Order: sequence, then C-alpha cells, then structure tokens
Amino acid sequence: MLAFVTVAVLLTMALALARALRGPTTFDRILAVSMVSTKTTLLVAVVGFLFGRPDFLDIALLYALINFVGAIAVLKFYKYGSLGLASHLEDAPGPTEAERPGADGPDATAARDPAR
Amino acid sequence: MLHAISLTAILFGAWLLLSGYFTALPISLGVLSVAVAVGIALRMDVIDHESHPVHLTWRIPAYWIWLLVQIVKSNFDVARTILGVGDPIAPNVVTVKPSQRTELGQVIHANSITLTPGTISVELEDGEITVHALTRASAEDLATGAMDGRVSKLEGAA
Amino acid sequence: MDGILDVLAWILLGAGAVFSVIGGIGMLRLPDFYTRMHAAGVTDTMGAWLILAGLMCLAGPTLVSAKLALILFFLFMTGPSATHALIKTAWYAGLKPLTTDAPGKSGEAPPSKP
Repeated sequence: MLAFVTVAVLLTMALALARALRGPTTFDRILAVSMVSTKTTLLVAVVGFLFGRPDFLDIALLYALINFVGAIAVLKFYKYGSLGLASHLEDAPGPTEAERPGADGPDATAARDPAR
Repeated sequence: MLHAISLTAILFGAWLLLSGYFTALPISLGVLSVAVAVGIALRMDVIDHESHPVHLTWRIPAYWIWLLVQIVKSNFDVARTILGVGDPIAPNVVTVKPSQRTELGQVIHANSITLTPGTISVELEDGEITVHALTRASAEDLATGAMDGRVSKLEGAA
Repeated sequence: MDGILDVLAWILLGAGAVFSVIGGIGMLRLPDFYTRMHAAGVTDTMGAWLILAGLMCLAGPTLVSAKLALILFFLFMTGPSATHALIKTAWYAGLKPLTTDAPGKSGEAPPSKP
C-alpha cells in the first residue's frame, strides 16, 4: 500500500513536470515546480515509512519550509528583478521596465502603478 | 508581553518536539537558543497580535473544523470538475466585500478563500477581495456569505 | 483497536493518493493558468493532508506522529500564502484570466492544446 502511494505521488510529480515543460507561461512553470516540491515533502515522508526509517521526517520537515521560502524568493525575483532589502524594493517598477533598485530617483513612485 | 510568552512557549515546544532528547544538555541548549530567538524578535519589534493572534486561540479550533468540512466538500466538487463529470469549467472573477473590521480578520477570510479549492483570492485591497472562481457553483457558494459570517464570528467582539 | 487504525490509515492513504493524481491530471487538462491553480489546490490540500493523516494513523501516538502533525501545520499555514503570492504576481504581470460570461454550458476544457 505504501508502495502504491509512492507510485501515485511520483505519477503526480511526473504530470506536474509535464506541465512545467509545456509552459506556456512562466507562472505555469513556477506553479508546477512548487507542486513538485510539495510532493517531494510527501514523497520523503512516505518513503521514510516504506523503508521503516521515520527519521526521514526531519528532512521532509525541512523541505516543507524550504519550499515556501523558495517559492516566495522566485516570485520576488520575478517581480522586482532583485532579492535586495524590502525598503529598496518598494519603489521598484515591475519586471517589464526593469531598473536596478539602486538607481531609483525620488520620482520612482510614479512608475509604481501596476501595468495590467 | 503575552505575545512574547506565547512565542517562547511555542519555540520551546518546537525544540522539544524536534530534538526528541529529554536530557540536560539538549534542554539547556534549547533554553539558550529560545532566549536568543525571542530576544532578537523583541529587538526587531515583530511580536504583535498579528504574528500570533493569542486572542483567537480559544475560538479558532471550531472555525478550523468548519473550514475543514468546507475544504473537503469543495475538493470533491473540483475533483469532479477536473474529471469532467461535475460542473463545467466556467472561470470567473468576482469581488467579495468582507464584513470584518480588522485587517487580521480580512486576511483570515482571504486565506480561507484561497485554501478552499475552486476559489482563490487574487488580491485584498480597500476592504475588497478579488476572487478567481473555477466554476459558477463555487462563485455562488461564496456569494452566500457563509464564510464571511463565520470569520466575523471568529473575530468576535474583542 | 490496532486493526481499525490500520484500516483507517489505508483508507486515508488511498484517498490521498487518488486526490493527488486527480490534481496532477487537472494540471494537464485545465485550460489556463488560473484554472490550473485550482487543480494544484486539490493536491496541496486534500492530497497532502490525507496522506500525512494516513501516515499519522500508521505511526500511532508517538513523536513521529507529532512531527507529521508539524509538517501538516506548516503546509496548512504556508500553502495559502504561497498560492496567493503566485496568483497576485501573475495578476499584476498582466496575465489575463480566461472568463466565461455567458451562462450555461461553456468553457469546457479543450482536451489537448492549452
């Protein structure tokens, strides 16, 4: 039964990876990859039980936390083009008119209105 | 102060849980690191009613159970839609006006919407939540305002 | 007692596996990015929770179960935040959602091309 669950989780990861390869937008890929990482948490936990080594759970726990930070980091990078301090990023324009946050003048707030 | 105490308790509980050793050395190291962590958090001034809403602790389990039932129900709906036997896919964007007074309550509401499959809150601004719904039925579910009422009750008079 | 717990564990694990795969199918079948987020929601809520709950039933009331509960709690807390961050970034980047304004049976997923 645990083997069945492992296969199901692997199958889900394969389906998500297919979506990551096909795209078509960057967001589809980010979504697919974040889904793969959630599944990795589960896979590590299930495999730990399958092999009778529940100490794998510590790794799964760590993975669950890293996922979240990783997903937020990728999105932040996409949005601001940098991973700098939040105070530097606040006035940065969107990714289309990417500009280094350091080059922001006092009038940078005018460009903040998000382009829909 | 209450929040600092609750943070200390939670951090120390997490330490005990994750180490699994109940002997003198690991516990004293745990006390040390919890003290350092709480000290840093106090210096950063990030301990407030939003980082750990202590005042909701006694009411939130009932809400979680209700939310869990909703999540299970909508999971079945979305699963049927994906397999093509349920409601047809009809994505639409709706706006919800939450009746909560505090930002914390509105965020709980928006997060509950996201957590329920079939509806995802896109943004929360000026007291309005923009929601993307997968099917017409899930959008209508939201329009009944059942979740809004529950969150307002959770928020309570406090 | 042990037997009941075991049966419950298998039921939970099986259901979790099924929901997880359904979410994966949804990732491929649904027509656009925003609808796919709902499919990811199915795997991230029911799929993950049921499998973790099933493992908790297998482990019994031990420290292992407590760790599983901690993983469950982290997923419960971080899941919506990550989902919201993703959809908001997509929204502000100008990605248009597919919408169906006409009521009735419309917007059925195209089987192959997204």
